[in-house]
Amino acid sequence: MGLDHSAALLKTPAADVRGATISLQNVSKRYATLRGDPVLALDKVSLDIGAGEFVSIVGPSGCGKSTLMTLIAGLVSKTSGRILVDGLDVQGPIRGAGVVFQKDVLMEWRNVLRNVLLPVEVRGLEKASHLAKAQDLLRSVGLSGFEERYPAELSGGMRQRVSICRALVQNPALLLMDEPFGALDALTREQMATDLQKMWMRERSTVVFITHSIEEAVLLSDRVVVMSSRPGQIADILEIDMPRPRGAEARKDPRFVASVDAIRRHFMALGILSES
Amino acid sequence: MSLDLASEPAEEGAGLSTRWMRLRQGVGDNLPVWGFVTLLLLIWQSADFVFGLPLYVLPPPTVILAKLISSWALLLDNAMVTLVEVLFGFGASVGIGIPLAILIVYSRIFERVAFPLMVSLQTIPKVALTPLLVMWLGYGLMPKITVAFLISFFPIVINSVIGLRSTEREMIFLARSLGASELTTFLKFRLPKALPSIFGGLKIGIGQAIVGATVGEFIAAERGLGYLQLISQVRLDTPLLFAAVVVLSGLGVILFKVVAIVEKLALPWAQLRLED
Repeated sequence: MGLDHSAALLKTPAADVRGATISLQNVSKRYATLRGDPVLALDKVSLDIGAGEFVSIVGPSGCGKSTLMTLIAGLVSKTSGRILVDGLDVQGPIRGAGVVFQKDVLMEWRNVLRNVLLPVEVRGLEKASHLAKAQDLLRSVGLSGFEERYPAELSGGMRQRVSICRALVQNPALLLMDEPFGALDALTREQMATDLQKMWMRERSTVVFITHSIEEAVLLSDRVVVMSSRPGQIADILEIDMPRPRGAEARKDPRFVASVDAIRRHFMALGILSES
Repeated sequence: MSLDLASEPAEEGAGLSTRWMRLRQGVGDNLPVWGFVTLLLLIWQSADFVFGLPLYVLPPPTVILAKLISSWALLLDNAMVTLVEVLFGFGASVGIGIPLAILIVYSRIFERVAFPLMVSLQTIPKVALTPLLVMWLGYGLMPKITVAFLISFFPIVINSVIGLRSTEREMIFLARSLGASELTTFLKFRLPKALPSIFGGLKIGIGQAIVGATVGEFIAAERGLGYLQLISQVRLDTPLLFAAVVVLSGLGVILFKVVAIVEKLALPWAQLRLED
């Protein structure tokens, strides 16, 4: 497998420089379809993400934002361009990146703790310290006492929390999240965003967070990447310069309101949102 | 801390009184069923003097019961023969069917050639092959085992294939991002995911194997419950015929239960969803 030069770097970030850097240079992705004519999912996307940065990608369905995430993770191959993680070419799955999907994909046959420890088991990492880490993560999302439960006994929000703990247990330098809260109800979703922010402030890994929710993106991110669809291209990048932690008050902050408004105007200009 | 913790699953140590209530409720729910069965048995019992049905047409339940007791050694002896045929036939289905399902899922050739071939062969009524099998394999256990195998094979393969294919894309992504080898992906991700479906196939298969063995015995045999039925029919010993049916059904129930118990032990987590 032609992957793992980047894996070595991703394994354990040094305490001071946390998080991986990502560099996308003219990245395009073309998919073959059943009908024959290929679809251009991403068209010459360039983006640099700094170490420890929280970047959200918002865009309409079909703008290639999920593709972008799987490309960075090395799970699908690009059609053209360059993708560098920590300065090294991504040519296969980068081991040690935490991935979270809209589906929690918990293993129904494992209890909560063993779900969280899955990466430790599969990657053969040292057990004792990671067990402590797993318990610590579960505690931080209010799931201590649930270690022995099976996923079927949990609510959707609890399940997704477990899935996030699973991604974080290996101290990833890079956390890739594809609409992780997309299947949750609005209230749970808001709580999850708060929880994620809290966890991230402790971990400080680089996060690529894909979402449909403009508010969620603005609340959580250092930068928000706005994408347009067919072909997927970057329409704009907004800096969100607000202190953390950002709680309920932050949502009333003029900077928050202005950013949300700016992104919404983008989608109106692109014809994705309309007044009438 | 968060909203959905309120939906915590039901308390574990349900008190004795609660259990007693549940038990009583269970009996209460089943009361109409038991009442109906009793009524049917009463009608059956009285059939011979109410409707004037002779003993050799419809022996009353008490006569069948008496026969079961008086001929238990004969019945048990023949049941053991049938049991052996069933177990070997079913064992062969499991031993060949599950590996074949794995090949179908992992190999394009098997998927393209073996699978469609198997599906089209499935349309042949296996029972119709029995006389041929007797011609080829003689009067011993082999033709019965073969019919039991042929008839239970298909549901086991199909269910295993469906189960092994049910792994979500995201779960495969997760495995790959953890650097899991193909073998690890199979053992830790695909196979456990497939087990409930595989057990579904086994539960159908075990019942089918009994059908196969019995039919095999109808065609040509010197021992076995099917053979005993045939002999009883020729001798107009209807009570023994019925007794054989009762033992055959009992055999079916026991074997099904054994598979169900193994399933419950192997997949304790799978019960959780059913109980909800």
